[in-house]
Amino acid sequence: MVPLSWYLIFSAALFSIGLFGVLSRRNAVAILLGVELMLNSVNVNLAAFWRYGDVADIAGQVFAIIVFAVAAAEVSVGLALVISVYRRRNTVIADDLDMMKF
Amino acid sequence: MTGAQIIFLVVAFFTLGSGLMVVTTRNLVHAALWLIATLFGVAVMFALLNASFLAVVQVVVYIGAIAILFIFAVMLTRKEMRDQGPQLNRNWWFGALLSVVTFSGLFALLQGWSGISKTPAVFPSDFDAVTALGNALVSPDAYVLPFEVASVLLVAALVGAVYVAFNRK
Repeated sequence: MVPLSWYLIFSAALFSIGLFGVLSRRNAVAILLGVELMLNSVNVNLAAFWRYGDVADIAGQVFAIIVFAVAAAEVSVGLALVISVYRRRNTVIADDLDMMKF
Repeated sequence: MTGAQIIFLVVAFFTLGSGLMVVTTRNLVHAALWLIATLFGVAVMFALLNASFLAVVQVVVYIGAIAILFIFAVMLTRKEMRDQGPQLNRNWWFGALLSVVTFSGLFALLQGWSGISKTPAVFPSDFDAVTALGNALVSPDAYVLPFEVASVLLVAALVGAVYVAFNRK
């Protein structure tokens, strides 16, 4: 069988890829794509700990479902903000949205 | 090396490769399509972990709704940002450094942990994970309260999203 460490290393790698996307992309939509990758890697971790821990205790899967709901909420609000900003400022580049910068 | 391990490695490299394409490709429509490939790989991971409900929800909610939402958002905002100009900001090397440090830190942390080589738990006889999950989500002694709070959060977020993105003109 696949050892637990493989799943954990896989999700750590996926999390790091998402972190790179969040930190280095200029486009706000691309930043949200990176956030999605990070949330997915967390879900893989939760499912792996459920499978390799106590299977009868379903908490890991329930937590993953809550993460699904929060991810859907996050992405809908985030994309609505991006579209609203694009309408007003005609840009989606995160560096250009600096009107609240002191 | 068993069959399950080979399947795991193939799926893992496919998923990580398409994840890298998501964060590096220039065209954002392509990035959203690579995101669908990544999400599908993660769904296969859930299937490998015997989390069948999560695999189905991953395909329906993530690929069916969230990825399509991303493609719509890219198409609504793609006027000048499509292929020209740098896609990475000036400090991209710092982001790359930080993510490499994060990965090696997690990797080193995992090496020192005793549960690293655990084998999967055996399913008790007449145990159905989907039934147990459904019961846990609606049972008052389990997780009905977090479940309801999550649904209220989702409704509030969607109403807020409609309000924010509404075009008053």
